[in-house]
Amino acid sequence: MTHSEKATRYIKDEARVDWHDKALWFVRQKRDIQTKKVPEWETLRELASQIKANVLSELDTYLTQFEENAIKNGVTVHWAKDAQEHNDIILRILNGKNAKKLVKSKSMLTEECHLNSFLEKNGIEVVDTDLGERIVQLRHETPSHIVLPAIHLKKEDVGETFHTHLGSEKGAKDPQYLTGVAREHLREKFLSADAALTGVNFAIAETGGITVCTNEGNADLGAHLAPVHIASMGIEKIIPRQSDLGVFLRMLARNATGQAITTYSSHFLKPNNGQEMHFVIVDNGRTEQLGRVDFRKSLYCIRCGACLNTCPVYRRSGGHSYSFTIPGPIGSILSPGVDLKKYASMAFASTLCGSCSDVCPVKIDIHHQLYKWRQIIVNESNSSFSKKQIMKAMGFLFSHPGLYRFAGKTGRKLVSSLPGFVLYNGLNTWGNGRELPQPPAQSFREWYLENKHKTGNKL
Amino acid sequence: MKVGLFVPCYVDQFYPQVAVATLQLLEKLGCEVGFPLNQTCCGQPMANAGCEKESKAAAKLFVENFKDFDYIVGAAPSCVGFVKEHYDILEQNPDVSHVRTKIYDITEFLLDILKITKIDARFPYKVGFHQSCHALRGMRMAQSSEINGASFSMQKQLLSMVDGLEFIELDRTDECCGFGGTFCVTEAAVSAKMGSDRVADHERNGAQVITGGDVSCLMQLEGVIRRQNKNIKVVHLVEILNGVSFEK
Repeated sequence: MTHSEKATRYIKDEARVDWHDKALWFVRQKRDIQTKKVPEWETLRELASQIKANVLSELDTYLTQFEENAIKNGVTVHWAKDAQEHNDIILRILNGKNAKKLVKSKSMLTEECHLNSFLEKNGIEVVDTDLGERIVQLRHETPSHIVLPAIHLKKEDVGETFHTHLGSEKGAKDPQYLTGVAREHLREKFLSADAALTGVNFAIAETGGITVCTNEGNADLGAHLAPVHIASMGIEKIIPRQSDLGVFLRMLARNATGQAITTYSSHFLKPNNGQEMHFVIVDNGRTEQLGRVDFRKSLYCIRCGACLNTCPVYRRSGGHSYSFTIPGPIGSILSPGVDLKKYASMAFASTLCGSCSDVCPVKIDIHHQLYKWRQIIVNESNSSFSKKQIMKAMGFLFSHPGLYRFAGKTGRKLVSSLPGFVLYNGLNTWGNGRELPQPPAQSFREWYLENKHKTGNKL
Repeated sequence: MKVGLFVPCYVDQFYPQVAVATLQLLEKLGCEVGFPLNQTCCGQPMANAGCEKESKAAAKLFVENFKDFDYIVGAAPSCVGFVKEHYDILEQNPDVSHVRTKIYDITEFLLDILKITKIDARFPYKVGFHQSCHALRGMRMAQSSEINGASFSMQKQLLSMVDGLEFIELDRTDECCGFGGTFCVTEAAVSAKMGSDRVADHERNGAQVITGGDVSCLMQLEGVIRRQNKNIKVVHLVEILNGVSFEK
């Protein structure tokens, strides 16, 4: 199904759409308040953007530097060219330790690789320990947002889910009670885990260390309790220096949720005594994206999710209307590179209002990339798009002034003479919630020809 | 100073009063205005839909129509912005670059070229200003709410010169109306909801009139208002600057 079809279904429950819109707009407002407290915010954005530009232009150097330093620190480093390799590596590490229970903190990369289902098929119990992730995992859903995975759910929905799966009181909806239930349930999982997997927010080339940002401390708890810590990262997570964290940590949480900083910024450098630490560095299409000049900047992304929060289309269509793992504007410029046909509709799920680009902490020109992807998608699609034909006709019409004027006149006459039930049929989707303009008797050109002598102006 | 009046296709066909107001305003301010009779469309609708190739012929025709004017002025930041930003689809020559550098939205033209400081118009209404995205983040005619910097708005600055006009405050100062070119029909459900939410914001905050700089947004908002039978009028800002009156 296209984004439009899914969104049309989602939007039928208008009260829920309004609630979803307001919840995310509230986050955007909190972000505005926080970022405006930092006078040098725009300088930070520019700096962050330049650091990322440098990273991508020297990516090979930084990656090998990172690997060397990580190995010196006693970490085992793995390279995965795609999702399958990534999953195989994880399974091999787990099997090597005879690990059957894995606790996992938030990682969009493992979502992208569909790691959970792969491991479950291979007899591993995977428990997502981020509260939002755990909720969607229990419901057999995917995250609808990259930072707020369960933002599509109300507290009543969570109460119902916990009642079914965790045996909490029926009808419970008090967030504190529900969080308590989750905490108790997860504590037991943490204590019995054989291995912990975390994501990576930043990988620092000069130290070989990684930084993981969470609000729940679940990454730390998992990584410190279990005998094995695996961290999965995309190749673009590299930053050159420890001091660069000073730029990115100031921006990430402010832009994501309007917090000055995440509750936990955990820095992992070397394994604890008796523990193993593995870094899995994943490409999975990123090198290809790096080679696309118009789209390489999409790899600057630090996954703050602000472009989702600000997007008026995302807020009203919900994350699940986008078929890609990463929804919203950033997902819509990443997904065509993964599968142009499958995700073709996502680049069109935007008015090109540009709010995403202005809110982006690393200055990705998101809406310009959407525009550019549209050109490629239309060009390369075998035109199941009847739209392409219509556009050809429009192109012809607008390059032939006489024809344009004739069509305009006929069109205006039709609109003014046809009855409403003909105008507002299923084919005219404009009629969905809106009236057509009332056609004037004369076009401007007609008026001009009749009145130009009165205004005294010359042709 | 010879000014070429650019009238976007949908303004020509559906909102001629906006073009009339633009013409009259420019003439009042002493410009010699010409209207090339063979103009059609800037080409944006096709390009935004992913069919840049199909807009080339329209773009060529546009340059042909306007290459001999000192300035090209239209009351449509969206279309003007398209000419400036996207006419790189044409082979660049002196005519193309002349058109791209000398095209102005009416607001920019009045403030930056004619440098007007007062307007002889009265509009005694509570006005909700709808910020078009292309004026905001394309043409940078105002500070967007995402950016940390001093707030300004060229269009509101102009409207502030009008006697009696009172701006209402909106809950969301620069959220998109949902028009978005072909988006309004390909994503009709989301588009209509966005339009409806925008109108609700203006209504909630007491707007008697909604104005703005891009007719496309206003067409969307007016479409919602008429469908929902709201008592809010919609006029383009040039109509206000030109002294539009609702009195019979």
